[in-house]
Amino acid sequence: MKLAAWTYEGPPHVGAMRVATAMRGVHYVLHAPQGDTYADLLFTMIERRDHRPPVTWTTFQARDLGADTAELFKAALRDAHARFRPEAMLVGASCTAELIQDDPGGLAATMGLPVPVIPLELPSYSRKENWGAAETFLALVRALVDRSRRPSPREGRRPRVNLLGPTALGFRHRDDVTEVTRLLDTLGVDVHVVAPLGATVADIAALGEADLDICLYPEIADSACRFLEKSFGRPTIRTVPIGHLATCDFVREVAGHLGLDPAPALAAAHARLPWWSRSVDSTYLTGKRVFVFGDATHAIAIARVARDELGFEVVGLGCYNREFARELRAAAAEHGIEPLVTDDYLEVEARIAALQPELVLGTQMERMIAKRVRLPCAVISAPVHVQDFPARYSPVMGFEGANVLFDTLVHPLVMGLEEHLLTMFREDFEFSDEAGPSHLAASHAAQHAAAQPQIRPEPVAAQAAADGLVAWTPDAERELRKIPFFVRGKARRNTEAYAAARGISAITVETLYDAKSHFSR
Amino acid sequence: MNAPAVAALAAGAPRPVLRERGQREVFCGLTGIVWLHRKIQDAFFLVVGSRTCAHLLQSAAGVMIFAEPRFATAIIEEKDLAGLADVHEELDQVVARLLARRPDIRLLFLVGSCPSEVIKLDLAKAAARLDAGMRPRGVRVLAYSGSGIETTFTEGEDACLAALVPEMPQAGNLGQRLLVAGSLADVVEDQFARLFADLGIPADVLPPRRAGQLPPVGPGTRVLLAQPFLGATAAALERRGATVLPAPFPFGARGTEAWLAVAARAFGVSFDRFEAVVAAPRARAERALARHRPLLEGRRISFLPDSQLEVPLARFLAEECGMVPVEVGTPYLHQRYHGPDLARLPEGVRLAEGQDVERQLDRVRADRPDLVVCGLGLANPLEAEGLTTKWSIELVFSPVHGFDQAGDLAELFARPLVRRQKLAALAPEAAT
Repeated sequence: MKLAAWTYEGPPHVGAMRVATAMRGVHYVLHAPQGDTYADLLFTMIERRDHRPPVTWTTFQARDLGADTAELFKAALRDAHARFRPEAMLVGASCTAELIQDDPGGLAATMGLPVPVIPLELPSYSRKENWGAAETFLALVRALVDRSRRPSPREGRRPRVNLLGPTALGFRHRDDVTEVTRLLDTLGVDVHVVAPLGATVADIAALGEADLDICLYPEIADSACRFLEKSFGRPTIRTVPIGHLATCDFVREVAGHLGLDPAPALAAAHARLPWWSRSVDSTYLTGKRVFVFGDATHAIAIARVARDELGFEVVGLGCYNREFARELRAAAAEHGIEPLVTDDYLEVEARIAALQPELVLGTQMERMIAKRVRLPCAVISAPVHVQDFPARYSPVMGFEGANVLFDTLVHPLVMGLEEHLLTMFREDFEFSDEAGPSHLAASHAAQHAAAQPQIRPEPVAAQAAADGLVAWTPDAERELRKIPFFVRGKARRNTEAYAAARGISAITVETLYDAKSHFSR
Repeated sequence: MNAPAVAALAAGAPRPVLRERGQREVFCGLTGIVWLHRKIQDAFFLVVGSRTCAHLLQSAAGVMIFAEPRFATAIIEEKDLAGLADVHEELDQVVARLLARRPDIRLLFLVGSCPSEVIKLDLAKAAARLDAGMRPRGVRVLAYSGSGIETTFTEGEDACLAALVPEMPQAGNLGQRLLVAGSLADVVEDQFARLFADLGIPADVLPPRRAGQLPPVGPGTRVLLAQPFLGATAAALERRGATVLPAPFPFGARGTEAWLAVAARAFGVSFDRFEAVVAAPRARAERALARHRPLLEGRRISFLPDSQLEVPLARFLAEECGMVPVEVGTPYLHQRYHGPDLARLPEGVRLAEGQDVERQLDRVRADRPDLVVCGLGLANPLEAEGLTTKWSIELVFSPVHGFDQAGDLAELFARPLVRRQKLAALAPEAAT
């Protein structure tokens, strides 16, 4: 049993819904109790979809449990087929129906429906949303792909590739697909099939005709890509084009596999990030300490952008999906930091509190945490929120995606010029500390903090200050208050670490400046 | 006493009801935690369930709450099901961890879910065991079910309040007291408290704002339901000797007046005193409603089943705003509690109990009402079909009861219509 206040991922059948909803002509019949239909609103409200997800729910109640829930399922399946006339159907159970063991797949097989019916076995008590999406996509590909279809000879046509992994409710999937399609076009490559997003049953059947598969979202498409590799004996591109450098790598990799020259595509890129980042105005970004958390693919890619494209220092890196823990640990090792693989947001909060970063790059969950600990934050990964579906074009992949990321990662910070002004005016009586930076609405945050219920921190959450035996003298505390708020946490932490290491029990003004000179870069 | 209101209480002839069983597009009872945990400020709601339960609560409440919520889910895992872990031991550990983190909690609810009920996890027993251990620390532990197989949306609050009833102290023989049952926004509760004080009626509320303030109950208790979904709570109060007063629900000027009048009559308040107390707020409510009436009058409205507020709200919209209810769908129609409002619905309204969502949407498309009240999963798709919708959940989350919210309540229905007018140039049909 695991205590959870917030979760990063929904149950696996929600992952299956993301695949079904992304596709055209597919209908999913879910054996589930009344109430599980809440999942429909994720699609209609968060993503503002103008159609209901193609899902029929049996919505059984207690009185049905005594009767025949299997018959209820069969009736729902029959009615859904008659009403929606899908080209293929998915059948499965949510967590509760899994316990009553009606076997939707077996029941469906006895009904002789005139369309392919694909059973989904998604263990709800051990797996989660991304796994459910991946398993569903794999099941669809396995059932529907036509293994006899191969690419036509290359003469007289442009090479073509499949873009695999985008779904409904995906973090910027809609715009990523457009951006990557444009990018491939500059390279002279056509997109054959995008799946699951927008794909029909016929599209899935035709997957074999592409020259190459591109695994855009490994969390969803990795297992299907492995299956296609085996079935068609062709490679998958696994470089995810998030960030300027990764996009260049991606272009070269695709070009290499298809025997194309990457130079024109790289030259044609509307890439602003490199100059925006190298321009002197961005100097102040140097060494900003950032904490990165999200799904493994986005977290790893964003950590690279943070370090190699913005000059930040990545002090923490983590992901919530254990399926990709190995990749994340390798990336953390490369950054020389401790990885954090957890789906417990309290652990993430404790790590952020302990590391005192200057910027948090995370999910909506980290946005809430950052609000509580008064740190700037940008959202870089699912789980999604209505804000993650902007009206404007806003990819995170490709060269335009890198431009978007520059803005996303820099805007939460105090601007360079503003930082100088803060230093200049920090003694001004009207420039009160408590006011904080306007963009964080910190005056409200302060009130919120005061109104918050009393919460005893978990042992792991205890800050360095609490377990060390160092105390601040009033003079030193006053001097600390003169340091701008956005570096004060770091100064406090460094000074305490410095004092603790030297057995100093009372921090004086002297200790503060000794520590400053010790840590100065 | 107020003659018209009393006359209207006479039950009308039974109306035909369309009863349907099919796919239901409704929340389960766990959703009630979203407002209950705000209402009882030192209570914590621990759902014993699956990742789906946690995901539902987060989806229903997540965007609204930035503070640490006073609810969580103990997620049942594979090893619990396989019998590799002792579920009760696991639960004890979860509760210990929780209470260590939140020393301010005085009342812990173990909330049953679909999976906990299907595996027959006895949470009442677990709560009793934990309660015995926690009592010396000043923490009470109770259990109720919010599962989708047992409860529909607002029935979760009913189950929660019913679980509190046995814990209420026995009232002494100090004569009659009024008990207002059903969670209301604090501001509304305070308004009602002032009105009852002015009427000279001693009144308590259930649920209380703090766990230690449970009101007394006994044969002298007269219960006025503030919400139409509290059948189990009413029955539990009756078992404690209380008498439930049938009344229309306090929506709008006339609904609120009739509701108060029932209490006034039970407590022997004179007509003059009643008039003196309600005249001013009633006039305020009527003025506020008059502003919205021109827009709402004659507009046709359909309700999809959601919260059991549908019948009283349809009564309010028809009687006080001049709207024309086409179909009023409700998950459950309780003649006993909905009767007084039902009696005041116009002739020809199609009443539907239960749901078959596809057929119901077919009827909505055929009826093409001016406004459809429905859940969040259906609203945008219906808007995309050119219908105007009102999210039903807002009617549960917003302060809408009483005289001084009458205008706000009407405005909730007027807003989608106003918005459609304002944005007429953006509609797809305007572009062609």
